[in-house]
Amino acid sequence: MAENKRVLERDDDLPVYLARPGTADPVPRQIYGGLFCNVEGAYESKTIDFDALSVGQRRSPRNTNREETKHPNNDRNFPSPDSGCEQTGLPVPAHPAPVLVDLLSHAALKDINADLGPPDRSERLLIKGGRIVNDDQSFYADIYMEDGVIKQIGDNLIVPGGVKTIEANGKMVIPGGIDIHTHFQMPYRGMTTVDDFSQGTKAALAGGTTMIVDHVIPEPGSSLMEAFERWHEWADEKACCDYSLHVDITHWNDSVKQEVESLIKEKGVNSFQVYMAYKDLYQMSNSELYEIFTFLGEHGGIAQVHAENGEIIAEEQARMLEMGITGPEGHVLSRPEELEAEAVFRAVTVASQTNCPLYVTRVMSKSAADIISQARKKGNVVFGEPITASLGTDGTHYWSKNWAKAASFVTSPPLSPDPTTPDYLSTLLASGDLSVTGSAHCTFSVAQKAIGKDDFTQIPEGVNGVEERMSIIWDKAVATGKMDENMFVAVTSTNAAKILNLYPRKGRIAVGSDSDLVIWDTDAIRTITAKTHHSVAEYNVFEGMELRGAPLLVICQGKVVLEDGNLHVTSGTGHFIPCSPFPDYAYKRIKARKQLATLKAVPRGMYDGPVSEFSPMPRGGTPSASTRNSPTKVPVRNLHQSGFTLAGPEEAPIRPAGRRSVVPPGGHSNITSLS
Amino acid sequence: MSGYQGKKNIPRITSDRLLIKGAKIVNDDQSFHADIYMEDGVIKQIGDNLIVPGGVKTIDAHGMMLIPGGIDVHTRFQMPDRGMTAADDFYQGTRAALAGGTTMIIDHVVPEPGVSLIAAFNQWREWADHKSCCDYSLHVDITEWHKGMQEEVEALVKDHGVNSFLVYLAYKDVFQLTDSQMYEVFSVIRDLGAIAQVHAENGDIIAEEQKRILGLGITGPEGHVLSRPEEVEAEAANRAVTVANQTNCPLYITKVMSKSAADVIAQARKKGTVVYGEPISASLGTDGTHYWSKNWAKAAAYVTSPPLSPDPTTPDYLNSLLACGDLQVTGSAHCTFNTSQRAVGKDNFTFIPEGTNGTEERMSLIWDKCVVTGKMDESQFVAVTSTNAAKIFNLYPRKGRIAVGSDADLVLWDPDVTKIISAKNHHLAVEYNIFEGIEVRGAPVVVISQGKIVLEDGNLHTTEGSGRYITRKPFADYVYKRIKARSKLAELRGVPRGLYDGPVCEVTVTPKVMTPVTSGKASPTKTAPQPVRNLHQSGFSLSGAQIDDNLPRRNTQRIVAPPGGRANITSLG
Repeated sequence: MAENKRVLERDDDLPVYLARPGTADPVPRQIYGGLFCNVEGAYESKTIDFDALSVGQRRSPRNTNREETKHPNNDRNFPSPDSGCEQTGLPVPAHPAPVLVDLLSHAALKDINADLGPPDRSERLLIKGGRIVNDDQSFYADIYMEDGVIKQIGDNLIVPGGVKTIEANGKMVIPGGIDIHTHFQMPYRGMTTVDDFSQGTKAALAGGTTMIVDHVIPEPGSSLMEAFERWHEWADEKACCDYSLHVDITHWNDSVKQEVESLIKEKGVNSFQVYMAYKDLYQMSNSELYEIFTFLGEHGGIAQVHAENGEIIAEEQARMLEMGITGPEGHVLSRPEELEAEAVFRAVTVASQTNCPLYVTRVMSKSAADIISQARKKGNVVFGEPITASLGTDGTHYWSKNWAKAASFVTSPPLSPDPTTPDYLSTLLASGDLSVTGSAHCTFSVAQKAIGKDDFTQIPEGVNGVEERMSIIWDKAVATGKMDENMFVAVTSTNAAKILNLYPRKGRIAVGSDSDLVIWDTDAIRTITAKTHHSVAEYNVFEGMELRGAPLLVICQGKVVLEDGNLHVTSGTGHFIPCSPFPDYAYKRIKARKQLATLKAVPRGMYDGPVSEFSPMPRGGTPSASTRNSPTKVPVRNLHQSGFTLAGPEEAPIRPAGRRSVVPPGGHSNITSLS
Repeated sequence: MSGYQGKKNIPRITSDRLLIKGAKIVNDDQSFHADIYMEDGVIKQIGDNLIVPGGVKTIDAHGMMLIPGGIDVHTRFQMPDRGMTAADDFYQGTRAALAGGTTMIIDHVVPEPGVSLIAAFNQWREWADHKSCCDYSLHVDITEWHKGMQEEVEALVKDHGVNSFLVYLAYKDVFQLTDSQMYEVFSVIRDLGAIAQVHAENGDIIAEEQKRILGLGITGPEGHVLSRPEEVEAEAANRAVTVANQTNCPLYITKVMSKSAADVIAQARKKGTVVYGEPISASLGTDGTHYWSKNWAKAAAYVTSPPLSPDPTTPDYLNSLLACGDLQVTGSAHCTFNTSQRAVGKDNFTFIPEGTNGTEERMSLIWDKCVVTGKMDESQFVAVTSTNAAKIFNLYPRKGRIAVGSDADLVLWDPDVTKIISAKNHHLAVEYNIFEGIEVRGAPVVVISQGKIVLEDGNLHTTEGSGRYITRKPFADYVYKRIKARSKLAELRGVPRGLYDGPVCEVTVTPKVMTPVTSGKASPTKTAPQPVRNLHQSGFSLSGAQIDDNLPRRNTQRIVAPPGGRANITSLG
């Protein structure tokens, strides 16, 4: 039997690389689930890292060292070369010729593994009869996973005995959701958001999200690196699912620049958020935006922006308070959606100027979304992230008579009071103008929100949404026929993975990918309420909403964490997933443009005509508000009246009338246009 | 109409009477054939078979059009720049204007930062009163903003007849205002009934780009346009529109030079914003390809901000928008410098003094590009060259219309004349003309300013200092009718609620480490430590006890208000 298997394995695997293409081989092409579906190994080239890892060094945080485990009891243990491929923190140089070795040893070790490993280690799962939904296609196949990695996809898989088998009964199996925007355990004025990493990730898993990306918010003036380490530590202690981190740049100077560089190079952070709002706190000036975007563009980072015009908001807030509007409705009145759109427009301009990929977090209004889709039409590399709240509810609740309820909706940019906004945003999400979805989950208890009971500007901002995200999108977009299930996977998971450069490890069901899977029940109907949600907050902004579509079973890191409505999670099992810079999804275009966009000066003879005197001070400019001084219009002093005469004698008399221009009008121009 | 009292009375020959016979009178709304009689600089009669005194000078205008004299809403004659002065002073400039069929100019007062607006205004008045050959008015540029400025602006509006103020979003560290300052300026302007003009370019980005371009070794005039891409113009226009909407202030964007900026304006108008766009002669007549000219002096002659777009289809596009009404008025932004003055920036494009000519060519260019090509009719031509400007700046119907009682600023326009624009025969003091060699159809035959013939048979008869300062009242109907209606609507109300009496978290005293911010002016919000410190845990209980107030624990929570229920929206719109 062992021999048979071995042969089979070879036959299955080898020809994909070596023999098949182009041959009229009578052996039926091994397809897994349909004519145009996955061929096993077809994605190997993309997942080459994992294979390379598996043969070379195995340093997996999840598994113990292979050398230790293998030698003592080789026959019992299963650390097949593939098994170690996951969860390795740092990219390891590719092994020279991994494939053959891999396949051979893989086959060989399979035999050994046939008899059972210890149940605690053998995280082996077989999902039978599911319909696998990726962002590009759907097909029926079984999935076998081991050690948190998908090992095989296909029909009639040969798997070790005693493997836990899940019957999917034709239900959809989708890649676990990636919530690209959370604020768990966020410190705020000495308080902390009520959902910490444990509670937050629990809620995420309950909703079918198997990875979250949290925002690190360093206090202005403090070190980015320290803040990153702090968040890393919190999350490592408590997170129940894999996570990654964005870092927010709340101030900007040379030392921050260095920190950003080392975060990109050493720590696995590839996305940084800047704020255009929160005047005098986090807000960056246009020049700073320009510098940050330039820097990120050069180093392969993604520039995220919180887009709102903070200066005007500050003015409007003052006006509202003056008018005696102190309740939560003042929040939305002082932050009209135009201000969001304006800031998005500005960010797009700066990004296109600096040739940096832009990611607009929290798209809350129609006009902001419109700007993004326009910019995309013009060819800008920009991604828009609507959040659960903006897709699921609207800002009419700010006028609720119940202060606590109204306050629970306070977030920035605010939910739009226009009740057609959610529908509009989900349409744009379906059409691809908006790319990813987050939740911006940042919950405060009513008592915490009540800090601002007499002044809406003091209300801590944030809404829930991590748990409801997938269901809301399903209900609003798929159930209504706006998008199909593949697009659903794209906006909830795949696109996020691509932007973070985690694809195809995350965001795809393929051999070699992490086994973060969700069996999605399209028929389930549930009602969202604070009574049953997994967040600690007392209010749920989606209270009472009836949603179609829910996760039936959630597998995270190869373990079943949600089954029959019960969560089985362990705090601290989540691993930090480092993101590498220059994600292809964003940077391929950027790189090509960089090569094009070289500017050339026009070679001219030196001007040797008369030069006027001019006063040193440019227009009596007073030292102005900005601390950084621009190099413009200030210091050229060498006004030697008539300098060289290297160039040919060019006539430049000062008298009008009777003057002839040297170059024919409209003539002789070589344009080196940029864009 | 005739209530004005020029500060300086021009010695006037009382028998300044003119009769124009047989012309087709073109206003922005209609055209008709009639005779027109004017006296003392005012139109007295319009009609057939007019009864006029004997001995009146009569012009036979059969087959020609009589249009209201052009109004050039944007000139910068005699503008000081770093110790230099623009080559065309008020005499030279207004002469050129008259030669082109423009009988009124509105010049920009550019106070140096730190100088009082009123002092600068008086300075400009003095210059213009001594030299101007046609009627003029003045915009005042706000080059810095602080508390005291508000009174000056108020004084200018109320006592000096200024109803338009320009703010700069470019020229970082010199003229540029921040968004907050812009917001405050717009609020003040709105309350006074004036119009906010904006030079729309993002100065911050430009400063960075200039650094970069210089770093690449590009020092010639092409660096000017490379460092000021049109997106930067569109961005600033969009921002200005946003702030204007927010403050409910009418907005006027000067120097629309690019397609994208024009699009932003057109879109904003579709959304209902009160915004006007002013393309200039240069952007309507030529493009930015000349920045790459091998002749430095020629390339430098095109330097202006925002720059001419290198896209050669831009002029056509802007003309189309002008024809369809998305852009409304035309200026020239006439601000000329000699080649030797430009040469200040021969090694660094950022030093090249900015500005192009255009006051003389404006009318002919628009006629040639729009009317001859069939984009607009003669009435629309009158609207964009004269009437709209008069309406926006509250000069209508004294200016911008041929009607009884209006000023006798008239142009007899010959639609068939062709001429070639050249520096050889223009009326300017500069060596270059950016429209050099362009052949245009349509030109003024006779120009009448203040009831006097100033151009006839190709000869200019101008009198230095004969121009009057025209005061402009605030709250122009054309602009403010909508604004007024909106400000009545846009009342905001708070929601009456019972007092929240649940638990309140403690907050640390200093919310976040506040770094001293770059902006010198402190904003009123969020800087002050929040005033909500009286956190008596359970204060009043005026409102009915709410079940959900007390228990922070979930699962036992009930929501009192029905989800999605009972919201009264007071949307702004």
